[in-house]
Amino acid sequence: MAAMAAALRGPVARFRSRTRAWTRGTRGAANAVGGQQQQQQQSFDLLVIGGGSGGLACAKEAAQLGKKVAVADYVEPSPRGTRWGLGGTCVNVGCIPKKLMHQAALLGGMIKDAHHYGWEVTLPIQHSWKKMAEAVQNHVKSLNWGHRVQLQDRKVKYFNIKASFVNEHMVQGVDKGGKVTLLSADHIVIATGGRPRYPTQIKGAMEYGVTSDDIFWLKESPGKTLVVGASYVALECAGFLTGIGLDTTVMMRSIPLRGFDQQMSSLVTEHMESHGTRFLKGCVPSLIQKLPTGQLQVTWEDHASGKEDTGTFDTVLWAIGRVPETRNLNLEKAGVNVNPENQKIVVDAQEATSVPHIFAIGDVAEGRPELTPTAIKAGKLLAQRLFGKSSALMDYSNVPTTVFTPLEYGCVGLSEEEAVALHGQEHVEVYHAYYKPLEFTVTDRDASQCYIKMVCLREPPQLVLGLHFLGPNAGEVTQGFALGINLPKVMMDRPPQTVHLTFHFECVQMWGVICTGDADSRDPSHLLRRGGETAHLQALRPGAHCDWMLRLSHHPCQAEGTRYAM
Amino acid sequence: MVLDFVVPSPQGSSWGLGGTCVNVGCIPKKLMHQAALLGQALQDSRKYGWEYNKQVKHNWETMTEAIQNHISSLNWSYRLKLREKGVAYINAYGEFVEPSKIKATNKKGQETFYTASTFVIATGERPRYLGIQGDKEYCITSDDLFSLPHCPGRTLVVGASYVGLECAGFLAGLGLDVTVMVRSVLLRGFDQEMAEKVGSYLEKEGIKFQRKFTPVLIQQMERGSPGVLRVVAKSTEGPETIEGVYNTVLLAVGRESCTRKIGLEKIGVKINEKSGKIPVNDMEQTNVPHVYAVGDILEGKPELTPVAIQAGKLLARRLFGGSLEKCDYINIPTTVFTPLEYGCCGLSEEKAIEVYKKENLEVYHNLFWPLEWTVTGRDNNTCYAKIICNKFDNERVVGFHLLGPNAGEITQGFAVAMKCGLTKQLLNDTIGIHPTCSEVFTTLEITKSSGLDITQKGC
Repeated sequence: MAAMAAALRGPVARFRSRTRAWTRGTRGAANAVGGQQQQQQQSFDLLVIGGGSGGLACAKEAAQLGKKVAVADYVEPSPRGTRWGLGGTCVNVGCIPKKLMHQAALLGGMIKDAHHYGWEVTLPIQHSWKKMAEAVQNHVKSLNWGHRVQLQDRKVKYFNIKASFVNEHMVQGVDKGGKVTLLSADHIVIATGGRPRYPTQIKGAMEYGVTSDDIFWLKESPGKTLVVGASYVALECAGFLTGIGLDTTVMMRSIPLRGFDQQMSSLVTEHMESHGTRFLKGCVPSLIQKLPTGQLQVTWEDHASGKEDTGTFDTVLWAIGRVPETRNLNLEKAGVNVNPENQKIVVDAQEATSVPHIFAIGDVAEGRPELTPTAIKAGKLLAQRLFGKSSALMDYSNVPTTVFTPLEYGCVGLSEEEAVALHGQEHVEVYHAYYKPLEFTVTDRDASQCYIKMVCLREPPQLVLGLHFLGPNAGEVTQGFALGINLPKVMMDRPPQTVHLTFHFECVQMWGVICTGDADSRDPSHLLRRGGETAHLQALRPGAHCDWMLRLSHHPCQAEGTRYAM
Repeated sequence: MVLDFVVPSPQGSSWGLGGTCVNVGCIPKKLMHQAALLGQALQDSRKYGWEYNKQVKHNWETMTEAIQNHISSLNWSYRLKLREKGVAYINAYGEFVEPSKIKATNKKGQETFYTASTFVIATGERPRYLGIQGDKEYCITSDDLFSLPHCPGRTLVVGASYVGLECAGFLAGLGLDVTVMVRSVLLRGFDQEMAEKVGSYLEKEGIKFQRKFTPVLIQQMERGSPGVLRVVAKSTEGPETIEGVYNTVLLAVGRESCTRKIGLEKIGVKINEKSGKIPVNDMEQTNVPHVYAVGDILEGKPELTPVAIQAGKLLARRLFGGSLEKCDYINIPTTVFTPLEYGCCGLSEEKAIEVYKKENLEVYHNLFWPLEWTVTGRDNNTCYAKIICNKFDNERVVGFHLLGPNAGEITQGFAVAMKCGLTKQLLNDTIGIHPTCSEVFTTLEITKSSGLDITQKGC
């Protein structure tokens, strides 16, 4: 990272030394012409910097609309030297490999379940990291290739260059060999995303630690792993590492899943603990040392006791947040403003930066959810506004998402905390229930954390503000329910009151009590208005609190959410 | 008071309180489906790096015992709940003898008479037999399969109802040699494009289909557990006959309402003579005012557990709680738990065309490749999503269809949205959850009418 930062701080100088042609710095096109190795300046209707989900979507859409488009993408190797191909974080070091390794871990659980269902699996069961990683990496490589092909098919010019601004219409790109290309464009979209943050103040952190940039590309098993951080990246990684049988510890300074509903978040970590992940709470690492054995000795401070402690690990994974990739773009040359606090690019509702023809989408833009589907959609809509006849803006509210921890957590809308902060405790009503998936019965799996919660306004028609689901396949379950949250926005042909009411009603009934096919949960007992009583199955007496009514459900699925109404 | 009595099947199977769903339907079916999915997971797991002994056999007895134990616990909890609620439960067979009088005959043949002011008939259905030589003696049905004490072995499933295809699916998934004999179409009443896709996936899973044949004779060749049966079948289109030898023949040729032997004729409750089903008004009331009916025996209503539960609860509330709310039978989601699940809500394409006319509909569809399937190298053009929209009503979604993993879980939320008036616009405006299968519905762009290619090219 230090090397990278240094390189980025002085791209001009570095470049000059490599290609003599570049003699006068980067003051504009006129100065740039003339060098022997200097390519002809190429100009485009749209230049996209960053070939991740958002950038590629924007570029392809613009090309589809008949524009001359270029994408500049370059992956600076991680401090450990990991690099990858076209497609950005999601494809290479994010959603895709993460979900596949999550799946590997789930399959491990299924192998353990299988004997309950009659499958005679003989022990021992082992897991080969090498085999999994190879399979995952091969898939990622095929996606890299697929993205290249798609760009080619749509006649989008792809440059594997590290881009930085020369001026507000011109970008220079340096390739691996140090060759420089000058690109100018009427419109420029910055979609460079982010990279994992290193705690540079901790000695040994950069030298010995890895991040999510590396973990999916490791050739050998990470072994006993310390995951530092409690972001979703941290918990997801710790979850699948535990699931494939590795000794895994999460060290967290304060709260898990900051920004997510905190009740749900603590259930997530509670489940992980019961699933075998160790947690060191209120601890902060202070030193990483390499032992003669090759293992890493981590020293940390326990904030509660004030004591120092140490532990030995094979791998230390930093998952303490991400930094936007803006420092090496020479944004000041173009006059693009960033928030000095977090280095993210300040954008308006049109995704425009402080320079009207320069835009920013995805993780690099300030205040945007760091999610692939939002970046893709923002990119497409931006291209449509720029080159199509559309004026549709991206709506960033009510974006559903799922944390792929061993027990998945899906949500859409507001967390309970947000709802209370926004509307006041007295105006918020929470419906919730614990449930047991049918498949858990035969295997005697612990369902203590299978839980659903619906956060509503108390006043009729009890507008649904947030839905939270913790259980198997939460990702798949949540999507459909996410539609409903947006219903009032688009159902212009119906009175919004009616839509709220129907959705609330249906949710209370369907989402509400996630029935399970378990006869117990089909009794009128589950979805409770919260008010002091616990919602644990055992604690419930049918009809004890409210007058529940069973409604249509979808049987026997956990998403059945036996439909209860007040 | 609840009267419940399970007449043993011709093979002698009987069970406890709770009805079809709990004992011989949804619950054991979904658990056996899960067993089959776990078998698939075992295969997949090797591609994901898991290593263990290559020879993994399936033990039918272990599975059925686990499932039957779960069912017993459910039977027991049902009884407990009736008791808690102060409902008298009598394990006896009920028959009307007078308008307000019922005769209850218990296992020992003892008769007791009860009177009531209001009656609800909820006797459900039992599997149908073919009426050919050897069927009741040698064939089993879904009434017997889930508690079969031995592995069924090489199995012929007769019928392509969802019961037939689900059973065929999990049996094949457990490693058995399975053949399905189909008289006419697969999954009658369901969207036929989807039904064919379900069928071709089953074929890929190794299930053989004998189309346009119907059995005419079942003979026992050998006794045993299981024995050996010879099946002769005749073409539905000509004189051709075929023969096959199986260990087990499972009949899944439809279900018959249990309405003909409960004395309905004595009190004048009308049934549809052909189907045996009971016509009711929108309050679940039969032609005899104090007699109501709910569940599978209703004419023209879906045969689904949650529907019956809903109708029953609402009925009780109307009768005794002063409620006016009626059961809404529209847009009820359901899922067929074949190895690749098929979930749907609303109208089939055929029905939609019938109702709205083809030119008023826009069908959006796409094939998709679940991320989890990439590593295992499973086919990238098998899973399929389709929505049917009414062009002249804001592209309102009138039919939702999904063939893919976890379709059951996915369909539920979309069904909620359909209840609220889901439109194509809303699907477009909703952000996907990445990477999932369900996100495919947020990015459907290709219409059927455009004829554009929907095959996935690698990634």
